[in-house]
Amino acid sequence: MSQAEKIKQGQFTNPETPGYVGFANLPNQVHRKSVKKGFEFTLMVVGESGLGKSTLINSLFLTDLYPERVIPGAAEKIERTVQIEASTVEIEERGVKLRLTVVDTPGYGDAINSQDCFSTIIAYIDDQFERYLHDESGLNRRHIVDNRVHCCFYFISPLGHGLKPLDVQFMKAIHNKVNVVPVIAKADTLTLRERERLKRRILDEIDEHGIKIYHLPDAESDEDEDFKEQTRILKASIPFAVVGSNQQIEAKGKKVRGRLYPWGVVEVENPEHNDFLKLRTMLITHMQDLQEVTQDLHYENFRSERLKRGGRLSSHGYVLSPAYGPEPEEMDKDMILQEKEAELRRMQEMITKMQAQMQIKPDGAGDGQHV
Amino acid sequence: HYYCRQSESIGSTLLGYIGIDTIIEQMRKKTMKAGFDFNIMIVGHSGLGKSTLVNTLFKSQVSRWSSGWGGEHKIPKTVEIKAVSHVIEEGGVKMKLTVIDTPGFGDQINNENCWDPISKYINEQYEKFLKEEVNIARKKRIPDTRVHCCLYFISPTGHSLRQLDIEFMKHLSRVVNIIPVIAKSDTMTPDEKNEFKHRVRKELETHGIEYYPQNEFDDDMEDKNENDKIREAMPFAVVGSDKEFQVNGKRVLGRKTAWGVVEVENPNHCEFALLRDFLIRSHLQDLKEVTHNIHYETYRARRLNDNGGLHPISANNTQESNL
Repeated sequence: MSQAEKIKQGQFTNPETPGYVGFANLPNQVHRKSVKKGFEFTLMVVGESGLGKSTLINSLFLTDLYPERVIPGAAEKIERTVQIEASTVEIEERGVKLRLTVVDTPGYGDAINSQDCFSTIIAYIDDQFERYLHDESGLNRRHIVDNRVHCCFYFISPLGHGLKPLDVQFMKAIHNKVNVVPVIAKADTLTLRERERLKRRILDEIDEHGIKIYHLPDAESDEDEDFKEQTRILKASIPFAVVGSNQQIEAKGKKVRGRLYPWGVVEVENPEHNDFLKLRTMLITHMQDLQEVTQDLHYENFRSERLKRGGRLSSHGYVLSPAYGPEPEEMDKDMILQEKEAELRRMQEMITKMQAQMQIKPDGAGDGQHV
Repeated sequence: HYYCRQSESIGSTLLGYIGIDTIIEQMRKKTMKAGFDFNIMIVGHSGLGKSTLVNTLFKSQVSRWSSGWGGEHKIPKTVEIKAVSHVIEEGGVKMKLTVIDTPGFGDQINNENCWDPISKYINEQYEKFLKEEVNIARKKRIPDTRVHCCLYFISPTGHSLRQLDIEFMKHLSRVVNIIPVIAKSDTMTPDEKNEFKHRVRKELETHGIEYYPQNEFDDDMEDKNENDKIREAMPFAVVGSDKEFQVNGKRVLGRKTAWGVVEVENPNHCEFALLRDFLIRSHLQDLKEVTHNIHYETYRARRLNDNGGLHPISANNTQESNL
């Protein structure tokens, strides 16, 4: 495009100006459709009992996701294996609907021997991928529900000196399946200095063990300075050290959400007290990116692995065997059998077609729709 | 296995502002950065001003044919499909516009099945997209060459639709969004125009031709009301021009005749502005969505049912699948 034309096109925002076509309105059309459709987001929270996960989730979304909560005693906990509890809530704000599903994993790390406690969680994540792959490959795709886990908050205890062996093992097991966001729980147990030290320790260990946590994308060059600064601050604060609370306390003359101690009030929404606001900002401003990375990276990885392993095709497209399907060798046998069947079917169809054609005169009268 | 307990609550009340509405802004920024593809096909026999109209619509020389009566004005022996792409930008929004011309359509002595190459082209684009979608290692953003909109040009005879018009639209309205327009409408007076439009609409209805925006795809009452009004005003009677003239002190696009200037963007003279607003300013995105969610899905479902299934293809797999 010539310079003159560039200027000509760049100047016109007034619809009645000559030269204005109107497709600059396209983002608004997309906007309108997005608002109508709304969003789905699935957040998983993992961490030992008592780290304040539920309180934090309620604080994050300012809603009570767990109204009928019963906290089990130690004896009951020992008996239990890791459960999956998915709570869905529909939130609307300024006309935008968000269907938020929080997947809780009670029982994680509770057993005396926590050797296997995350296989259930991994199975759940894989299951959602499997289900989506199945839906995506099916015939009727109009109403696919996206239940894939878009983000996993992993709660780290503030009482240790860094990551525990279980923390490392778990994060390594899921970092290729879901966006992992490590969070230091109950941060009010630590002084600011201890917090910094713990954060650095954790980051070092994450590096050392090759754990891939979710990386906030850098702000684009055309964003405003405020946003760029905000992104810089967010990136520098990972892992977020948070405090959650649903109680309103009177502090400095106003009501704040916080925790009342004899020595003072910890304010949840005070950035000097903890990183709660940062965590929430990060989640909301990157919700779309978290979804994209899940779709473009984790899901695509899952899908290509799955298909390479022998995605079997029925006569209606992909009907893959269930997640815990047969071993690869068995798959091969099935594959060979089904391939032979398909081959026979194809040949049969071809023969039928040829027979039919031999009876029609060659005038090519078709409805123009066949390939 | 595992035990999964699910609970659901609708319409939770928020106790404060979180910022969910900012997600829409994020999406908008992302879509703007990514840019848009739009593929428009123009069909009609030669001389109906198709290329001029498209150039007028997008205020750019996106269709090369309208350069006038040059020596290259040869009618091809069969219907050709010529796709030309341009990247145009407006208000920070980049659009890759592809105009698919179909010279030769309706120009032969025997025009039987002259829509076959067009139908084949449209299905080939669906096939291309499907192939990429089915790949094991597939692209993040699948290039979209599918035809989002087919502008069908009706000759302003003033009488009725021609047999070819009906046959074409009957066959193709099931695979692509068809927007019929009455070409060179400055050959009719306002009364003749209204009568003609009315007759054409009746004929389309009689033959069960669902042009865009199709009744059955209206999402909700709001859409239905908006689209009802548009459907009743269609087909739009248009005039195209890439020449400017001075009228009442303003420069306008138009056609100068001895008895006056036909102003293209004057709603009293023709319905070009209605077409443009409808096509570009309000329904551009919807045209793409209907193509993707309805026409493409129909094609895909048929393919899945027909050949006994699809093989996922890997990049290095040279085996010719049943696609």
